[in-house]
Amino acid sequence: MALTGIQIYKLLPKTNCKDCGYPTCLAFAMKLAAKQEELSACPHVSEAARAELAESSAPPVRLITLKANGNEFKSGNETVLFRHEKTFVNKPGVFVRFSDDLSPAEIQANLAPAEAFQVNYVGISLALDGYAVASVTGNPEAFAGAVAAIRNLSHKPLILIARDPQVMAAGLRVVDGETPLIYAADQDNWQSMAELARQHQAPLAVRADSLEDLAGLTEKLVAAGVEDLVLDPGGRDLATSLSRCTQIRRLALKNFRPLGYPIIALPAEASTPEIEPLMAAQSVAKYGGFIVLSSFTPELLYPLLVLRQNIYTDPQKPIQVQPGLYEINDPGPESPVLVTTNFSITYFSVANEVEGSGIPAWLVVADAEGMSVLTAWAAGKFDAERIAKDVRSFGVAEKVTHKRIVLPGHVAVLSGELEEELPGWEIRVGPREAVDLPSFLKQAL
Amino acid sequence: MPVEIPKDNWPGAVRTITLGATAAEGGSRRQVVTVGGAKSLPFLHFEAIHPYRPVIALEIRDRRPDDWSPLLIKTWQEVVDDPASWAQAGEKLGVDLIQLTLSLTKADGSSNTPANAVNVVKAVLAATGLPLLVFGPGQAEVDNELLVAVAEATKGERLVLGICEDKNYRTIVAAALANGHLVSARTPMDVNLAKQLNILIKDMGMPLDRILMDPTTGALGYGIEYGYSVMERLRLAALQGDTMTQFPMIVTPGFEAWKTKEAKVGEGVPAEWGDWEARAIHWESLTTIALLESGADIVVLRHPESIRRIQAAIQELMTQAEPA
Repeated sequence: MALTGIQIYKLLPKTNCKDCGYPTCLAFAMKLAAKQEELSACPHVSEAARAELAESSAPPVRLITLKANGNEFKSGNETVLFRHEKTFVNKPGVFVRFSDDLSPAEIQANLAPAEAFQVNYVGISLALDGYAVASVTGNPEAFAGAVAAIRNLSHKPLILIARDPQVMAAGLRVVDGETPLIYAADQDNWQSMAELARQHQAPLAVRADSLEDLAGLTEKLVAAGVEDLVLDPGGRDLATSLSRCTQIRRLALKNFRPLGYPIIALPAEASTPEIEPLMAAQSVAKYGGFIVLSSFTPELLYPLLVLRQNIYTDPQKPIQVQPGLYEINDPGPESPVLVTTNFSITYFSVANEVEGSGIPAWLVVADAEGMSVLTAWAAGKFDAERIAKDVRSFGVAEKVTHKRIVLPGHVAVLSGELEEELPGWEIRVGPREAVDLPSFLKQAL
Repeated sequence: MPVEIPKDNWPGAVRTITLGATAAEGGSRRQVVTVGGAKSLPFLHFEAIHPYRPVIALEIRDRRPDDWSPLLIKTWQEVVDDPASWAQAGEKLGVDLIQLTLSLTKADGSSNTPANAVNVVKAVLAATGLPLLVFGPGQAEVDNELLVAVAEATKGERLVLGICEDKNYRTIVAAALANGHLVSARTPMDVNLAKQLNILIKDMGMPLDRILMDPTTGALGYGIEYGYSVMERLRLAALQGDTMTQFPMIVTPGFEAWKTKEAKVGEGVPAEWGDWEARAIHWESLTTIALLESGADIVVLRHPESIRRIQAAIQELMTQAEPA
């Protein structure tokens, strides 16, 4: 956690020499705490103070990067416990696991659909972040073969899972020059794993079944020169996993360096197949940095990636679209005029349904400050006055020969006022949910 | 190396609320259900004892729903035509509560009537020993007409009546107050609006152990992040000692998830969305788990498979694996 102005002040020379351009050292310290100044502006600060300040400005959760063939995945740099405090930053990576007891042909057959998976959510393309390759045979050649089979078909980053350093070495040789995640160092093998991590300059996951053991291991690994670490605190049930992940995030935010790393969650090892998706969702909400699933299932991946997108949305910046008059399916002067708000999810839900219906329409996207219909209405940002103002300023009347406008069903209550605000216009009430728009457009208009 | 685990010691706690009343307590329920009591954020057993687990309510209708996904109708089959059998099917599944929503119209298309509503509620009460939540169709006048009759006909049962909203709560609260029932107070995803409605209901004289709050949530993909954060903030406020947020939270992920296109529709959607039914169940159960992690005390669900999974998840989340 960043130091306060007073804490920084104690590290400064306290001479009030003004060489930094500020009248006192305290004033300069306050600027530093607010990140409006650089320490280099002080020519007299001691080396020890410099080191301490640099240490305190390091992110509480270290940024870890995986690389493969130009593809990168980043995890870490988080600064809060709750998304409403600021925002979560780097979305947890979703990786699908393959075992090395599959033949290369089987791996490739299973990999193809996973590799092709790409789904559109409110204009954002969602896909897998990479794959995990797990040694179950204990055979170095089998492991290397599985890694090679995946690498032949995919350029995504990898997590290599093996306990035996010999097996791990064989896998790493296949992807020499890349930066995969090595999983995992434990109490028994950490020295050899550290050696491999150094050789390949790759981050190393650390596994222990208590936070004490985990912190002890990371200290030893840092001392051995491996600084890019990822934590597996064990606990394959939902309660233990939630508690330990919460404890790790809290400690990291208190600047407890031995646990200041991203967490790898393994829903693939959940207690039952039914719990796996729920553990994956829990890991998205509660502090996972890497999430390893046991198989490729599009019907799970889609909601899981959407949940990740939602939880990692910056609460200060609602995702919104530009207010304006949108043309859907090439509308003409006779086409209906629909109204909605400029909250991105609202806009895309409505636009997708109208587009899918094949019916041409004009869509008035009112400036509701990025809020959904009900929320904006409750907040007074989507009222008759606002809608009428946008209808006029977007020049809707010049585009159509009729004077009929369709309101979202949730704000049916606005129709009277809107009639007053837009004299001569007929106000119709549409469905509450976008999904019911096509039948409404076909039947009611 | 020694690690000192940071534990929050909160001054406040969520109120403990009991739904339903047994014969000895003036009702007819075989068992009552108690929720709330949290003294820390959800499931953090290292920090506090969680006296009551979150519970599951099955959402049923007084008649076959017009606008539900065909997947739900297919799963429940003929019980959707008989609320009493539907409630029994839910009880057999092991749900804790039944949430009955009254419709605007009867199956023949005519307007719903107080007499019909009372008959349906009595039939459901007779068919199951679980506590019951009864919600109106969501139009102020009809809600009031139906719920007042239901409240009077079931005096002493400690039903939950809903839905109280800022535009329509007085009649429902008065009916609950006079007949020994509870109320559910719904506000649109806003901490202050939630507090405000709770205060208004309290000011009518409703005892604080008879109020549930529904902060509304949005579904996965449709604004759940707002509901999620509002719930986290409400729960944090409750733990910090803000008495007007210390009510157990009831949320409706079944309703939210099943109105999304992803759950509701199986044709004309992208192939990448995968198998329809599997996706719909994930949509409902992932929405639910996110809400449980952010503080839900009662989750109202629709699909039996989602219910089974959430039952298993709650059991696992409530199992304290490590000593506090």
